[in-house]
Amino acid sequence: MQFGLSEEQILLQDNVKRFLNDNASLDQVRKYAEGGSDADVWAGLAELGVAAILIPEEHGGIGMTPLDAAIVAECLGNNVAPGPFLGSAVMAPTALIASGGDHGEMLAQLAAGTHRVGIAFGEAIKRRNNAGIQVSNGIMNGTSLFAFDAIADSYLVADQNKHLYMVSADDTGLTRTLLTTVDKTRQTVELNYKDVTATCISTNVSVFEAALDIGRVMLAADTLGASQDMLDQAVDYAKQREQFNRPIASFQAVKHMCAEMAASLEPCRSMVWFAAHALADLPDEARATACHTKAHLSEVGKAIAKTSTEVHGGMGFTDLVGLHYWFKRIGANRQWLGAPEHVRHEAAILQGLVA
Amino acid sequence: MDLSFGSEYDEFRVEVQSFLANNAHKAPKGNDLRGQTAKDWQKLLIENGYTARTIPKEFGGFGAEPDILKSRIIAEEFSNLRVNTGLGGQGISMLVPTLLEMGTQEQKEQFIRPTIHGEMIWCQGYSEPGAGSDLASLTTSAVLDGDEWVVNGQKIWTSTAHIADWIFCLVRTEPDAPKHKGISFLLFDMKTPGIEIRPLVDMTGAANFNETFYTDVRLPKHQIVGERGQGWQVANAILGHERETLAPANTAQTRINTLIELMKADTADGERLIDNPVYRDRLMKIQGHVMAMRFNELRVLSARLNPGQDAGLSRMITKLEGTELRHELEGLAIDVMGEIGLAYEDNPHLRNTGSWQREYMYYLGLIIGGGTSQIQKNIISERGLDMPREPKIEKSR
Ligand SMILES: Cc1cc2nc3c(=O)[nH]c(=O)nc-3n(C[C@H](O)[C@H](O)[C@H](O)COP(=O)(O)OP(=O)(O)OC[C@H]3O[C@@H](n4cnc5c(N)ncnc54)[C@H](O)[C@@H]3O)c2cc1C
Repeated sequence: MQFGLSEEQILLQDNVKRFLNDNASLDQVRKYAEGGSDADVWAGLAELGVAAILIPEEHGGIGMTPLDAAIVAECLGNNVAPGPFLGSAVMAPTALIASGGDHGEMLAQLAAGTHRVGIAFGEAIKRRNNAGIQVSNGIMNGTSLFAFDAIADSYLVADQNKHLYMVSADDTGLTRTLLTTVDKTRQTVELNYKDVTATCISTNVSVFEAALDIGRVMLAADTLGASQDMLDQAVDYAKQREQFNRPIASFQAVKHMCAEMAASLEPCRSMVWFAAHALADLPDEARATACHTKAHLSEVGKAIAKTSTEVHGGMGFTDLVGLHYWFKRIGANRQWLGAPEHVRHEAAILQGLVA
Repeated sequence: MDLSFGSEYDEFRVEVQSFLANNAHKAPKGNDLRGQTAKDWQKLLIENGYTARTIPKEFGGFGAEPDILKSRIIAEEFSNLRVNTGLGGQGISMLVPTLLEMGTQEQKEQFIRPTIHGEMIWCQGYSEPGAGSDLASLTTSAVLDGDEWVVNGQKIWTSTAHIADWIFCLVRTEPDAPKHKGISFLLFDMKTPGIEIRPLVDMTGAANFNETFYTDVRLPKHQIVGERGQGWQVANAILGHERETLAPANTAQTRINTLIELMKADTADGERLIDNPVYRDRLMKIQGHVMAMRFNELRVLSARLNPGQDAGLSRMITKLEGTELRHELEGLAIDVMGEIGLAYEDNPHLRNTGSWQREYMYYLGLIIGGGTSQIQKNIISERGLDMPREPKIEKSR
C-alpha cells in the first residue's frame, strides 16, 4: 500500500515546476493578462509532454494517468499559469478517447500541442436564460455562454442533452465574442452558432461525464496549487514584514490565520490525489468523489484566498504584489463546471440520496 | 499510488469479518469500564489479537509483530459494524504505551496485564488549576524522604479519578531546574492515604472528572517512570500519537452514515429530512470534509509504512481538524431534527442512533482537552510553518 506520489511523479512535478518558474513567473503572467500570448508557454509545456499526457502512445501521446495530469494542474495553479491545459490536454482528449470514435488525427495534433480545443459545457451543466443549443442533422444553432480556453481551433460543445459535438473555429456561422471575466489568466468566450456544422462526438452521456469529472478534478487540483502558493506567500510575507518592532509572523492572530489555512489545505492534497486516482481505478467512487473534491477545494480555496490577502495587509489589496491573480483564479475555478452547491447536489444524487 | 493492501491482508480482513459475524453479539453496548460483559469481551478480543495486539505475551497481550495495515483493517471492520473495540481509558491508551517505551521490566510486569484486562483502571493527573495549556508550569510537588516520595498539591479535570485504582501523575521534583526539566512521572495507588477526590459535574451532566487533592501522599521511590526530571519527555513520548487518535476519520465516516440513515427515515411535514435541500447541502458539505480527512489519514498511514514518504503537515493537523469536524457533524444532526434534536437522556423521542446532544458536547470537550484548538494552531504555525514563537514575558514576582 502506498498512498502518495511515485518517484516518477515527483520528477514530473519538479520538471513542470522548474519550467513554470522560468517561463510563467508573475511578470510573465502579468504580460499575458494584459493581452499577451500564451503560445510560448504552451509550446514549452508541450515539449515537456504536458499536452500529450493523457493521449495514448498510438496517437503520439505518452498515455499517463489522471493523477499525473492532476500533478500538472496543481503546478499550473501554483503559478497561475496561462495555457489551454484543461481543455486541450485533459477534457477534449478524454472525450475523444471515451467516445470510441476515430479521432486519431485530432488526438495527434492535440498531443503535439498544435491544436487547441475550447470547452463549452455550460448548457449541459445548468442552462442560463439567454443560452441554449439546437442541433439537427449535424447543423447547430443557438448560444453557449462562457466557454473556456477561449482562443482555440475547435470547440467541444455540450448541449442540454449532454450530447457532445465538435465545431471548427473557422466555421463562418460561428461568432466568437471574448468576455471579460475577473480571471485574466485564462480567456473566456461566448459562442453564437448560426447553421454551424457540428460533428457529433457522442450522444452517450457517459462520454460527457468522463470529460466533466476529470475537468472537475483538474480544477480542484488547480485550486490546490493556487491555494498552496497563497499560503506560502502569506507565511513568507509575515516573516519579513515588521510592525511594532517585530515580524508580524510572531503575532498570534497572524499565526493562527496561517495555521488555519494549513490545517484546512493539507487534507485537500490527499483528496485531490485520491479523486484523480479514482478516475482511473475506482469507477464506483469516482463520480461522487470528483464532485466532493471540486466542492471542498472550492470552499477551502475561497477561505485561503481571503485570509492570505488579509495577512498581506494593504499590500494584499494592491496590484503590486499580484496576489489578486491567485485570488481570482481560485474564484474562477469555483464557478466553472458547477459551483459548490451544484456539485454537492450532484454528489447527493449520485449516492441515491435524492432523485 | 497503490491502495491495495495485498492478498495476505484480504484474507486477514475475511478473518476479522467472520470473527465479527460470530461474536459481535457478545460485545457490550455502553461504556461501562467495570462491567463483566466489557471484561469478557476484552478478554476475547485480546485472545484473538483484535486489541492489545502488539503487546508482548509476557505482559498479557496478543504478542503480534506490529503491522499497521492489520491494525487498520481491524479498526475499519469494527467501525463499519459499529462494534465496541474493547476497553479504552487513559491507562490503556496512554500509560501502557508509555510503559512499553520507557518503563522498567518490573513496571511492565506489574501493570500492563491487569490494565489491559480492565482489572486496573488509571487516571491521568496532569492538569492543575494553575497549569492547563501551560502544563509545564505545574506545581504539585514530590520530595524524596528516604525511600519514599511525598506528594503535595492539587490536580484538576482528573477524568475517572473516582473509579480509578491508580494514577499516573506529573509532579515537580526539581524546583530549582528550568520548568520543563524539573518534572517527574510518578505512579501511585489511589487508595494511598492523603488523597481526596471531589467530583466535578461536566456540561453533559455526568461527573466524569474531578478535582483531586494530595496531602503528604507517600509512595515507594521506584514508582517513577524514567529518571528524575525526565517526566516531561516521558509524558510527551506518546502525546503526539494520542492526539492523532482522538477523532479518527473512520468513526466520523460511520457517524455520517448513521446521520444519513436518520435523515432518510425521519420526516417533517411528511417530507424526508434528506429531501430538504438546505439540510442536504450542509450534509454534503460535511461529507466532503470527512472524505478529505479520510484520505489525509491514508496518507499518514502510508508515510508510516513507507519511510521516506513525507506526510507533511498531515499528522499535525488531525487533532484540530478531526475534533472540530466531529463537533460540527453532531451539531448538524441536532439542527436537522428541529426540536427533536433537543432530546436527551431518557427522552422517549431520542433516536436509536444515540444522543447527538451528548456527542456534540463531548467533542467540544475534546476540542479543549488534550491541547486546545488554539494550542494546536500554535504548534502548526511554529513547528509546521516555522513561524516565530511569541516573545516570552517573564512574570514579575
Ligand atoms: C473532557 C476533558 C477531559 C479532561 N481530562 C483530563 C485528565 O484526565 N487529566 C488531566 O490532567 N487533564 C484533563 N483535562 C484537562 C485539559 O488537558 C485542559 O483543560 C486543557 O489542556 C486546557 O487547559 P485549561 O482548561 O487550563 O485552559 P486554559 O489553558 O486556561 O485555556 C483557556 C483558553 O485560553 C487559550 N489559551 C491558553 N494558552 C494559550 C496560548 N498560549 N495561545 C493561545 N491561546 C491560549 C486556550 O486555547 C483556551 O481557549 C481534560 C479536559 C477536558 C475538557
